[in-house]
Amino acid sequence: MEKTVNQKAWFLVLPVLVLVAFSAVIPLMTVVNYSVQDSFGNNQFFWAGLTWFEELLEDDRMWGALQRQLIFSGIILAIEIPLGILVALSMPKKGVWVSVCLVLMALPLLIPWNVVGTIWQVFGRVDIGLLGGTLAALGIDYNYTQDPFDAWITVIVMDVWHWTSLVALLAYAGLQSIPQAYYQAAKIDQASRWAVFRYIELPKMAGVLLIAVLLRFMDSFMIYTEPFVVTGGGPGSSTTFLSIDLVKMALGQFDLGPAAAFSIMYFLVILLISWVFYTVMTNLDKREGR
Amino acid sequence: MAKITLSNLAHSYFPKPTSEEDWALKEMNHVWNDGEAYALLGASGCGKSTLLNIISGLLEPSEGQILFGDTDVTHMTTTERNIAQVFQFPVVYDTMTVRENLAFPLKNRGAPADYIRQRVQTIGQMIGMEVELDHRARGLTADAKQKISLGRGMVREDVNAILFDEPLTVIDPHMKWALRTQLKELHQQFGHTMIYVTHDQTEALTFADKVVVMYDGRVVQMGTPEELFETPEHTFVGYFIGSPGMNVLRARVEGRRAALDNGEIGLAGAYPALDGKVEIGVRPEFVRLTDAPDGLPVNVRRVEDVGRHKIVRADYFGSPINVIVPEGHEIGADMTRVLFDPAHVNVYQNDWRVAPTGQEAA
Repeated sequence: MEKTVNQKAWFLVLPVLVLVAFSAVIPLMTVVNYSVQDSFGNNQFFWAGLTWFEELLEDDRMWGALQRQLIFSGIILAIEIPLGILVALSMPKKGVWVSVCLVLMALPLLIPWNVVGTIWQVFGRVDIGLLGGTLAALGIDYNYTQDPFDAWITVIVMDVWHWTSLVALLAYAGLQSIPQAYYQAAKIDQASRWAVFRYIELPKMAGVLLIAVLLRFMDSFMIYTEPFVVTGGGPGSSTTFLSIDLVKMALGQFDLGPAAAFSIMYFLVILLISWVFYTVMTNLDKREGR
Repeated sequence: MAKITLSNLAHSYFPKPTSEEDWALKEMNHVWNDGEAYALLGASGCGKSTLLNIISGLLEPSEGQILFGDTDVTHMTTTERNIAQVFQFPVVYDTMTVRENLAFPLKNRGAPADYIRQRVQTIGQMIGMEVELDHRARGLTADAKQKISLGRGMVREDVNAILFDEPLTVIDPHMKWALRTQLKELHQQFGHTMIYVTHDQTEALTFADKVVVMYDGRVVQMGTPEELFETPEHTFVGYFIGSPGMNVLRARVEGRRAALDNGEIGLAGAYPALDGKVEIGVRPEFVRLTDAPDGLPVNVRRVEDVGRHKIVRADYFGSPINVIVPEGHEIGADMTRVLFDPAHVNVYQNDWRVAPTGQEAA
């Protein structure tokens, strides 16, 4: 059959192109534009080439922040994914308690990030905070404003409190979609609890877990508000993560060029690691599917 | 292996059943003999699967007891009962290979590796998947997966019974027939008690020694295919088994005569005076189309030629009557009357068959 050639159809794609241009391409290009220029204010710009990128690669401050960020995301995933699955497994499958659990689980997700930060900031204070005060009364030396280790613990516990629900809810949705016959068959086959998890629940949850890992990785890698409110990146720079460093650079020091180069690097790292996660997890899936 | 006894068994999915309708299974007493193949037949929602799950121990009955041999297993788990069950839709362990899937029930029970290997090979051959044994189960088609489920159900040799819950629903017709034959062979070979749930009468009649017909939470009849055909105990059995089903007509029965709306027929036995809803039932196979003046006048609507015989769809004063005319018999234009074979006319009171009081010749 002869196909009619009508190039005018391209106009139908135009609205999408315009939307994407305004929402993503143009802002990103602005950043690219800044990253290759230098400015001393007054809207005067000078061509800088790749200087900022070269400097960035030799910048210990950036490498330190990146390292802290990777460790932070690693710890967050290592805690929240297994914990979320565990919570989902122990949630009731039916009955009135399902809604109660779901609402309770969703509560932390509904709290604005800076409020979460404020809650934990106060909660952990040694003088008036419930947590800090209790720990002090028990004779435990805890002070997140002075001890880097305590600061890390606080930020991690806060993130676990805030976000494990998300993993749990996703995993719960995955679990709920498993037909009852699988559990019945497992009973008939005399499968152990562990075997049921390993051979039924985990494979059936793989899809949602991939989403959970990606979401939690990206969010934890971009974390800004909560640690900023609680520790302000301190003590010293011990909890200064990439985004905190970036904001300091861009808005505190108004180094637009280096900050733009930093942003692009930041964006590429997230993209790269997400791609690695995605590829590895879908390949695992495929290999098992053969 | 053991005889299965259901004693005053009843089940309701409601915690406090109040009316008759709340009971998914009405009180029943039945004995299922050791080593027989049973087909549990009935329309959807009649309680077949509920009964099956109670026997396998996935469901605990609200009332009554279930015994394997002389042991009360009512509160025992599936594991303790040592039962195999195959479900309607394929259940396979996606991440395992076909071999691992088949070996799983044996491995969980700690069977020796040599035995497992040899047994899995046998079962693999039986379900026709020996070449695919090392494939992952995930990528397989639905009917291949269901064959794995069947294989997993048959892999243990020492089970008390094997239960099948409409296992061939997803299998294509050709394979269905082959698998059913294999199940039958397997039954003859090992003599497991098998219970096979289905709503397909052909499947039930070809598979089973005894067919158990369920209707509305009750077992209405348990018998050989012949018994179900010759003497349906309930009008539902008459309708459900046979193609087309039994003709049922309202009647007044007295002694050896049954008075219909506009006529009378003779019965093979004598009956007491019956009240309530009284009907006679006669299978289309035992109805003869005739031009003899003593037949009941009918209005022939159409004739269907189904190959081996013809089905005549007729109408007797508003009630449909089907007649099966064997191959080679001509149907004349003046054949507008039907005769019933008195020996095969059953009498029903409120849907249940009434046995004649005397069988002496008329």
